Amino acid sequence: MIRFDNVHKRYSDGTHAVDGLDFEVEEGTTTVLVGPSGCGKTTTMKLVNRLEEPTDGTVYYDGTDVEALEATELRRRIGYVIQDIGLFDHMTVGENVATVPELKGWDADRTDERVDELLDLMGLPPGEYRERHPSDLSGGQRQRVGVARALAAGPDVMLMDEPFGALDPITREELQDEFIDIQREIDTTILFVTHDINEALKMGDRIAIMRDGKLVQYDTPTALLDEPKTKFVEEFVGPDRTLKRLRVLRVEEVMRPEVPDEYADIVDAFQGNDAVVADGGEIVPVAPTDSAQVALSRCIQAGVEALPVVEDSTVVGVVTESAIRNRQSEGA
Amino acid sequence: MTGVFGLLAATWAYLLANSDRFLELFREHLMLVFVSEAMAVAVAIPLGILATRNDRVKRVVETVGNVAQTVPTLAIIALMFPLLGLGFLPALVGLFVYALLPVLTNTIVGLENVDGGTVEAARGMGMSDWTILRKIRLPLALPVIFAGIRTSTVLNVGTAYLAFFIGGGGLGVWVIGGIQLFNTPQLIAGAVSGALLAVTLDGLLALAERRLGGEAGTGHAATS
Ligand SMILES: Nc1ncnc2c1ncn2[C@@H]1O[C@H](COP(=O)(O)OP(=O)(O)O)[C@@H](O)[C@H]1O
Ligand SMILES: [Mg+2]
Repeated sequence: MIRFDNVHKRYSDGTHAVDGLDFEVEEGTTTVLVGPSGCGKTTTMKLVNRLEEPTDGTVYYDGTDVEALEATELRRRIGYVIQDIGLFDHMTVGENVATVPELKGWDADRTDERVDELLDLMGLPPGEYRERHPSDLSGGQRQRVGVARALAAGPDVMLMDEPFGALDPITREELQDEFIDIQREIDTTILFVTHDINEALKMGDRIAIMRDGKLVQYDTPTALLDEPKTKFVEEFVGPDRTLKRLRVLRVEEVMRPEVPDEYADIVDAFQGNDAVVADGGEIVPVAPTDSAQVALSRCIQAGVEALPVVEDSTVVGVVTESAIRNRQSEGA
Repeated sequence: MTGVFGLLAATWAYLLANSDRFLELFREHLMLVFVSEAMAVAVAIPLGILATRNDRVKRVVETVGNVAQTVPTLAIIALMFPLLGLGFLPALVGLFVYALLPVLTNTIVGLENVDGGTVEAARGMGMSDWTILRKIRLPLALPVIFAGIRTSTVLNVGTAYLAFFIGGGGLGVWVIGGIQLFNTPQLIAGAVSGALLAVTLDGLLALAERRLGGEAGTGHAATS
């Protein structure tokens, strides 16, 4: 969806912010650019929506050189969220969210409907929040408005530059979790920037680690934890890789889609119920998108060897403690 | 004390006896202030916008502004005589020049102090430069620009007394005439009415400014 082809950016003061970038953000994925402050993440992002122009190389958007596209048109197709949010304090929350639909010339009814839909999605009931001013909101609420505004015109691509960076840790976790759910619903290509490796591991399908304007590793979170390619990546990813691997591993990656006989009774007992009581405690099923860490801790709590995996109230498989343990130790 | 009351009584009597002349001078004064101020605003805002978009214009504006500040008010008015002669129009032009600077300075400062993140967000969402100016920068700078207009207007009421020197009329006729003729009631009538005008305009504009500030959301501290 977005392809960098040997892209360089040298600012007029000589700073070589982006130094030969070559990678592709695949359609429908969330790709996280992560690296220490000053490594060129923001610059890379701005090269996509043409807030900066490359000094060498080409950025392709859906196969077209972005230089060939009209800048304002391109930007209206790309949702943009920045760390300092940049809400328009002289406008209401509703007017903020309506910005791009209005630029695109949507009629008023369609815009209003869309604004309400998005405020609902972001957990800001429109009746209560639409007419308020951003300056009356908390930091977390402001950033929700920022995300709603970026999503308003149904963009093909979202650029999110440290969107949760200025929030306190609890609010940040909350917004990350919510955004992961939203991300599944909207099915947009997302390029997400952060300097926090844990956020990257949590949010990303793919992670691009940058250093001094260069890409040092581009992999899935699991691959990154299993095989850090350089000492820098290893240090950047941090010491407790086994635990982190559990967090990024999804149940759907280790589950068995068929139910072996030995676990049939656990699963049968479960059909149609929310939870069942086993010897050790309550068995709470997991969803395919839950992390292996969640599955493991529920196994241990209930004192069982396996858990049913449930999606839309039907059992779609089982996940076993031993399968998780095996995967966990593979790359260690 | 009787001196003060006596003087006030004499002033009041003088005003009543010369009410037609007073209204004429007061109207002239108002005209001088409002027309020159309107001209100043009409020129200063576009010029300020231009200055924030073009460094050369900004340098020129700043240099001229700094020099102008060192020239005494009376000199600017007096300078109009060799250029434009005597009368209402030269006085108007002199006042206009003098009123320009506060509005211009505040327009530049107001526009430049609009939060960079806000402008970047607007650009990143696909607003054109013109739309950003119209819908983001100007509304956010408006309270500051308006404060410049207020300062300029109040100063202008005082400066307009000097219009008398080049035959521009206004309340200066009574004040300066009063000094020359030792006519104290006339002097006080001219001076106090102008002072009241300045205070009233200041109050009205302050009220409007607070309204604008509230609307622009700048009355609240931004939380983040
Ligand atoms: N407009 C600019 N002019 C000059 N140097 C810049 C500019 N923007 C960023 N830089 C420099 O480019 C490098 C990369 O910056 P940036 O892309 O913002 O990094 P990151 O987002 O990873 O912190 C830094 O050294 C920064 O100081
Ligand atoms: Mg950055």
